Amino acid sequence: MTQATPVPAGAQAPARKERQGKAAMAATHSTLFASLALLVLVLLAWEFLPPALGVPKFIIPTVSDCIVELQRMWTQESLLAHTFSTALYTVLGFAIGSLLGAAIGYVLGMSEFWEKVLSPYILALQIAPKVAFAPLFIMWFGYNSMPKLLVTVLIVFFPVLVNVLQAMKTVDRDLINLARAYNLSRWRIFRKVEMPSTMPSLMAGLRIASTLAVIGVTVGELVGGNTGLGFLISYGGGQANAAMVFNAIVLLTVIGFVLYSALARVEARVLHYLPKAQG
Amino acid sequence: MALEFRSVTKEFLTRSGEVLTAVSDVSFVVNEGEFVSVVGPSGCGKSTLLSMTAGLYQPTQGEVLVSGEVVRGPNGHVGFMLQKDLLLPWRNIVSNVEFGLEARGVPAADRRRRAMAELERCHLAGFENHFPYQLSGGMRQRAALARTLAIEPEIVLLDEPFSALDAQTKLLLQNSFAGTIAESRKTTLLITHDLAEAVLMSDRILVLSERPGRVVAEIVVDLPHRDEPLRRRTMPEVSDYAGQIFRHLKLEEKAI
Ligand SMILES: Nc1ncnc2c1ncn2[C@@H]1O[C@H](COP(=O)(O)OP(=O)(O)OP(=O)(O)O)[C@@H](O)[C@H]1O
Ligand SMILES: [Mg+2]
Repeated sequence: MTQATPVPAGAQAPARKERQGKAAMAATHSTLFASLALLVLVLLAWEFLPPALGVPKFIIPTVSDCIVELQRMWTQESLLAHTFSTALYTVLGFAIGSLLGAAIGYVLGMSEFWEKVLSPYILALQIAPKVAFAPLFIMWFGYNSMPKLLVTVLIVFFPVLVNVLQAMKTVDRDLINLARAYNLSRWRIFRKVEMPSTMPSLMAGLRIASTLAVIGVTVGELVGGNTGLGFLISYGGGQANAAMVFNAIVLLTVIGFVLYSALARVEARVLHYLPKAQG
Repeated sequence: MALEFRSVTKEFLTRSGEVLTAVSDVSFVVNEGEFVSVVGPSGCGKSTLLSMTAGLYQPTQGEVLVSGEVVRGPNGHVGFMLQKDLLLPWRNIVSNVEFGLEARGVPAADRRRRAMAELERCHLAGFENHFPYQLSGGMRQRAALARTLAIEPEIVLLDEPFSALDAQTKLLLQNSFAGTIAESRKTTLLITHDLAEAVLMSDRILVLSERPGRVVAEIVVDLPHRDEPLRRRTMPEVSDYAGQIFRHLKLEEKAI
C-alpha cells in the first residue's frame, strides 16, 4: 500500500489498526459461519441420506436415532459415569506420560553419554505400536484401570520425550556460551536458557500427546474392563447397537477436543513472546 | 594493561581427526580504555581470539591475560557481543539486560536499577517492557550492548556487532556505540570485516593474516573524535588509513 498524501503518523495509526481489527473480525466470523453451515449440511445428509438410500438403521443410524439412544444411555447405561471415567484417565495418563517424557527428555538432553546409549532403544520403543501392549498389561495387572492408564502413559510419553530431546540438542550454542561467559551454573543455564528455548517444542509435543491420550485410554477400555466409553463401544458393538458406538465415538472426540483446546490456550499464553503471523 | 595475548596458538581437532591451527603465535596488548579493532580475512581466527578472551576455551599454547590475570575460564571481567543479539525472546528488554547480573547475586531491586540506567545510556528508555520481536535490529543490538555493559566488564568484546544491519542504521549505531563506550571508558576489542568501521571507531587496528592467523600489521589511528565516528568520517585521512589496511590484507593480489 502506497500513500501519496502525507498523513500525521499518530492520526493514521489508530484508524488503520481499527480497520485491520474489523477486517480480522469479519474474517473469523465468515470462517465460523462457513464451518457451522458445513456442520448443518453434514448432519442433514446424515439424517436423510441413509434412509433415502435404504441403508438399515443397525448399519447407519440417523442423527435422531443417535439422540434417542443417547437419552437411553444416559438413563440406563450410566453414561455420565463412563464418560467421566474416560475423561479422568485421559487427563491422568496425559499428565503422567508427558511429565515423565519431558523429565527424561531433559535429563537425556543434558547428558550426551546417556542419550547416545539409550537412543537406539528409544527409537525402537517409539516405533513399536504401544496399543499392542494393552493385552500384556491386562495379563500383568488384571481387569482394573491400571492397564489403560499404562497404555496411555506409554503412548503419550514418546512424542513428548522426542520433541524435548530434539529441542535440547538444537538450543543455540551461542546463547549457551553467553550464559557460560556470564558464569551461570549448569543448573541455571538449564533453567534460564535451555528450558525456555525448548518451550515451543515441548508445547508442540504436548499437543500431539493430547490427541494420542484419548486413543490410549480407548484401546485400554476396548481390550479389557467394564468402565469407560471404550467399554461402551465394545459392548454396543457386541449388541449390534451402532447408535451406541456412534455416540461413544462422538463423546471420545469431545474429550480429546477439550483437552487439545485447553492446551492450545496454555500454549498461546506461554509462548506469547513469539511474533504472531500477520494477516 | 587490560588485555594481553602472549604467543597464543590455538589448534582445533576437526571431525576427520586433523589438526587445524586457527591462530598461531599471536601476541598483542590492549591498554586500559583503549579501543582496538581486529581485521582479517574470513576464517583467520578472529572469533577464536574473542572466545579465548571470554574464557570459553583455552589456548593450546601461550596465555591470555585480562587485567594481569591469566584467563582460565569464564569470568566476570569480560562482556561480549556478537552479530546475533542473543536476546532471550521470552524476556522483555529490561530483564534481558538484567540477565548477566543474575549469576552474581545482585539483589533484584539493584539489578532493575542498573538495567534501567544502562537502557537510558543506550537510548532505549521507554522500551524496557517491550519484547525483542517488537524492536528493530538496531534497537536489539543496543539492548545487547546495554546487557553487556550492565555487568560492568573491564573489557568489552564486540564480534561484528553491526554487520547484520543496513548501511544507515550501521552508521548511526556505530556513532551511538562509540559514544556510549567512550563515556563508560571501557577497554574494547572490536572484530570487524568493515575497514572503514575499524578506522572510524578505533585507536589502533591489528591486521591478521590468512589462517593460521598472525598479527601482520599494527596501525595506530592518529585521528580525533573516536567517540564520534560520524565526525571522523568527514576527515580526508580516513581513506588513507583504509588504504593502508587494504594493502596489508593484500586484497589486490587476491582480486586477480
Ligand atoms: N570449535 C571449533 N572446532 C573446530 N574448528 C573450529 C572451531 N571454532 C573455529 N574453528 C575453525 O577455526 C578457524 C577460525 O574460526 P573463527 O571463527 O575464529 O574465524 P573468523 O576469523 O572469526 O571468521 P569470520 O570472519 O568468518 O567470522 C575456522 O577455520 C574454523 O573452522
Ligand atoms: Mg567470526
